[in-house]
Amino acid sequence: MSEELYQQAIKDLAAVPSRRLAAPDAGATLDNPLCGDTVSLDLQLERGRITGLGHGAKGCLLCKAAATVAAQLAVGMDAAAASGLADRVSAMLKQGAEPAFPVLAAFQAVAPYKSRHGCVLLPFKALAKAVASAPPVTPDLDDPDSSRSG
Amino acid sequence: MKPSIRDAFPVLARAGFHYLDSAAMAQVPSAVVEAVAKHDLAARANVHRGLHELARRADDAYDGARRSVARFLSAAEDEVVFTGGCTLALNMAALALGEGLRPGDRVVVSEAEHHSNLLPWRMLARRRGFEVVALAVGGDGRLRLDDLGLIDERCRVVAVTHASNVTGAVTDIPRLAEAAHGVGAVLVVDGAQRVPHGPVDPRALGADLYAFAGHKAYGPTGVGVLWGRRERLAALPPVLWGGGMVGAVGPDEAEPLDPPQRFEAGTPPVAQAVGLGVALDWMGGLDWTEVRTRETQLTRRLIAGLGALDRVRVVGPPDLEARLPVVSFVAEGCHPHDLAHLLAEHGVAVRGGAHCARPLMAALGLEDGCVRASLAPYSNRADVEALLYALDKAIKVLR
Repeated sequence: MSEELYQQAIKDLAAVPSRRLAAPDAGATLDNPLCGDTVSLDLQLERGRITGLGHGAKGCLLCKAAATVAAQLAVGMDAAAASGLADRVSAMLKQGAEPAFPVLAAFQAVAPYKSRHGCVLLPFKALAKAVASAPPVTPDLDDPDSSRSG
Repeated sequence: MKPSIRDAFPVLARAGFHYLDSAAMAQVPSAVVEAVAKHDLAARANVHRGLHELARRADDAYDGARRSVARFLSAAEDEVVFTGGCTLALNMAALALGEGLRPGDRVVVSEAEHHSNLLPWRMLARRRGFEVVALAVGGDGRLRLDDLGLIDERCRVVAVTHASNVTGAVTDIPRLAEAAHGVGAVLVVDGAQRVPHGPVDPRALGADLYAFAGHKAYGPTGVGVLWGRRERLAALPPVLWGGGMVGAVGPDEAEPLDPPQRFEAGTPPVAQAVGLGVALDWMGGLDWTEVRTRETQLTRRLIAGLGALDRVRVVGPPDLEARLPVVSFVAEGCHPHDLAHLLAEHGVAVRGGAHCARPLMAALGLEDGCVRASLAPYSNRADVEALLYALDKAIKVLR
């Protein structure tokens, strides 16, 4: 039943205050036309790695909770890993894959409710869009690792 | 014993199921489903083209459906255009009327419009250079008609909803017709929400064009109607071209047929139109005085019950005057989408969101949208009580 969907862990995640970045390097806003959810994500990046993330989520409880998790997970990731989160969350919801990170387990209860997958996925898709909008990384010729993603 | 209205809708017999989302999609009586199936099994052919037996049956059925619509609207048959839906009908009205609009002209809509009666005008205005302005709504969601200064000598079209799909507020169409016709403007009315609640006479209301959808009027999906005064339709150009709507076709030109064929390019939704005709005949057979009395009682109970819940607020008119049995509400601290989900878990079907009416949401300060419960002649007291019970439970889960 949906009481499991709205477990305390989800409510706590949704209640985490969000903040936007004053001077982001990249960002994106994404809407879910079904329910009107909107997520905006701001990124700070250093040599292709996310060093700071701000967000604002206007939407349902599931969307807000997912935005908190996306923000928590993305910091420290490189572009490819952050972009790939949406696919990993999607696989968990749609194909029953194990949660890629323990914090995502709270969203497994959403899996039976196909119409709510979009609420959870929206922040992760916004993250991928924000990453894609980032300026290309300029190779640092002094750093042998700069051309590799982590 | 006289069968109840509810008996005509098998889906409503499901135990613990309460359908309060009729404003999005009404349920369909068995008679309509059977008529569509019977048509496709025994009279499936294209219309107004063939000479064989099935073609003749199809022609008869399609023409009969047009007669049913005309009867429902107290109109002439050649004033009834079958379309693919209400959205298409409204887009066709905008495109046809928009042909004659230019910079300096004005189209007046309202803040209460469904996107279907707003976006076609806005998008067309970008191309044609005319302006689109909106009549404001008050805090109760009703159009503010005390000052109709926007409908001035620049106004060429007034396009408004007959009833809000969010608040259920019914628009004073005769008042707007007087204002529109006073400056020589055409009045287009979106009847999608009003038609499911009883026969309409758009001519008597003062409308020039009137659109509605089949699927909200207990008919099939994929069919709608654009009604127009005969002289108005005759003055409009076609907006879609193809088979079935032209006479002579030369190397550089084509001669459109008279309405309604002029506006029915290509193969029309024949079986769906047949189903819609049966649905409107079914509606025409109801005792609407009795239906409205019951709907009013249910609406009164619903509004009172919502008001009795902790921090729940009705969106739209708090009274029962000039309103449909469509009631929206918000619950503080609970997102409408979450509420709609939890209500569904209790077997109560409602709609949560912006209801394709973003300008109205903005005007009413509903950033997250609202939950809508929409009733129909088949709704009963158990539906309303189930909603109120489940809502109380859902709020406790979310807060």
